[in-house]
Amino acid sequence: MSARDAILARVRANRPPAIELPELPGVARSGDKLPDVARSGAETSEAAQSGAETSDAARFGKGMSEPARSGEELPGAFATALERMGGRCLPVERPTDAAATVDELFPYAHVVCSAVDELPGTRRVAEACDPHDLADVDVGVVRARLGVAETGAVWVTERELVVTAVAVLSQHLVVLLDRRAIVADTLDAYRAIDVADSPYGLFMAGPSATADIGSVLIHGAQGARSLTVLLVAENA
Amino acid sequence: MSRSLPVRPDRRAAAFMADGDREPMHDRQLWDTRQARDALIAERLPDWEELRELASRVKEHTLTHLDDYLEQFEANAARRGTHVHWARDADEHNAIVGDLLHRHGTRLLIKSKSMLQQECGMVPFLQRRGITVVESDLGERIQQLSGEPPSHIVAPAIHQRVEDIARLFAREIGTDPDDHDPRSLAEAMRRSARPLFLRADAAMTGANFAVAQTGGFVVCTNEGNADIGAAVAPVHIASIGIEKLIPRLEHLGVFTRLLAPSATGSPFTQFTSHFHGPRRGGELHVVLVDNGRSERLGNEDHWRALKCIKCGACLNTCPVYRRGGGLSYEATYEGPIGVVLQPSADLARYRALPSYSSLCGSCTEVCPVKIDLRDQIYRWRRTVAEQGGPSAVERTGMRILGEVLARPRASRAVASAARQALERLPRATLYRARLNPWGRERELPTVPAQTFRQWYLEHRGGRRDDRP
Repeated sequence: MSARDAILARVRANRPPAIELPELPGVARSGDKLPDVARSGAETSEAAQSGAETSDAARFGKGMSEPARSGEELPGAFATALERMGGRCLPVERPTDAAATVDELFPYAHVVCSAVDELPGTRRVAEACDPHDLADVDVGVVRARLGVAETGAVWVTERELVVTAVAVLSQHLVVLLDRRAIVADTLDAYRAIDVADSPYGLFMAGPSATADIGSVLIHGAQGARSLTVLLVAENA
Repeated sequence: MSRSLPVRPDRRAAAFMADGDREPMHDRQLWDTRQARDALIAERLPDWEELRELASRVKEHTLTHLDDYLEQFEANAARRGTHVHWARDADEHNAIVGDLLHRHGTRLLIKSKSMLQQECGMVPFLQRRGITVVESDLGERIQQLSGEPPSHIVAPAIHQRVEDIARLFAREIGTDPDDHDPRSLAEAMRRSARPLFLRADAAMTGANFAVAQTGGFVVCTNEGNADIGAAVAPVHIASIGIEKLIPRLEHLGVFTRLLAPSATGSPFTQFTSHFHGPRRGGELHVVLVDNGRSERLGNEDHWRALKCIKCGACLNTCPVYRRGGGLSYEATYEGPIGVVLQPSADLARYRALPSYSSLCGSCTEVCPVKIDLRDQIYRWRRTVAEQGGPSAVERTGMRILGEVLARPRASRAVASAARQALERLPRATLYRARLNPWGRERELPTVPAQTFRQWYLEHRGGRRDDRP
């Protein structure tokens, strides 16, 4: 018998009496629609499925209360949560304004590697054929599809990153986020995005951090030393 | 892993506690984490208890349908181009990983934290095959360079003082021995580790959650170290215990909200990374490992321990763990969850662990997936006792005590003798270490002027229900 079949057979023989799967609290409890920007072009059947599950909403409507629910409160709550995780959040009017902000924030950066069309930087990420080509990046600039007000996390995937290493090898990371693409909490976030749409998807809540030496919180352990989210008011 | 000698956690703990300020610092840092958890929940997670209940039930549902979910996971992972392997035990896991690395000509492997790989003894196995293995998590790297196993599921080097780490780094990576600044020590390790990340031929990770619906898995870190390995090395191998399955993506919304608050008192892990198939230009392998899990599933007393999400909250709150340190367990898993998991791996070796607990139940209260840790520890104690557990002296003592307590007159006579002994015997006799090990760390109670029985007869003596 193969290892696979042996394991499955033993699991089948030993599994305790069935316990039912509980239903989760409903989606979009504020009644707001989840932002369309979160979804990519390719709508898969899984995404359609999770959309259909919004009918659970009424059942568990209460309980999972969070302060920021309505659309207008979300960017502020997001910024506060992100700062708590060691990141910073700055407003910009248009995506094209991001270049000036990056210059201002990182005047001494040699290599600014960008995966965002409106901000060319000194190097386009698409030019890197190999992740090792990104080892010298001072500032990486990428776009996120979604932000989460509860945690300050941004959702980036291989689609936007092109080469995933740009998110983790860059010394500093700048993320452009549409201010309308912020959901209240993590549960809503998982329902708004199609996680499996890309081979790599990352919720990044602040920069790399560690407390492994003397329980002292230090940013920039292995990945990015800083995370700056630029909240874009006007969509390109 | 040695299977012969029983561990003696009390001895290791005594050495830890005798070593200067080590124990009070350890105790304080872990208790701070526990308090940070409490404050975060009180301030920001009003639905905490509801989340715990949901998480517990989702896990119990998954475990009671685990064969179905494993098959779903396998099919969906394969559809995305992930290679899925199955391993019955540690040896099979190591052989699969060893062969994969050999086929890719791997000389330098970068790995992030994985309790399962530690459980399998993977690193020494690979090193014997000539592969250099570098831990990418800072705490794990500190332990690797120290030649010690990790002492905490989440904070591997929590038992080390900053000056210990400063001395270690001075010796191993050439920092200034007088530099005791955690920031500059961490920076030195970042600079030392970066070239190794870039040279690695393969990356290994564990997984916090595996999603049956999509065939993907999630790795949570604060350093981003798992992501660097996976993003840079051409091959990524993830070792996943079969109990890590959850049914659907949306369930991540429950578990990721519980994990970081429980582990570190932070609202979320800095990096919550989702892997669904190989990245562009890369190769992705998953090894699904049983290693005793399917057997535990059939154990009515202990199957619920499989719900564990390895957050470490039960360690942070445990008064025994905080005082004695993680290395005293001499085990892969420490603290209350270690006491529950290790005896099934090797009862002869870990028979002392169930007694290495105060049964205060704090672990049960903080567990984010509601594992009945205290009750399981108690049940292990019973199992050890039934299998000839306590020493002959303890057994005889307990038997005599049982007979005395069953006879009111005899018990009163013994109590009276004990009072007189406490009052009259010289201290040197009362605290003789071999007769009274309890008294090594503690003062015996002072004898009150009146016994409870005397007080009771005096105050309630006339009541009808007064029986001697």
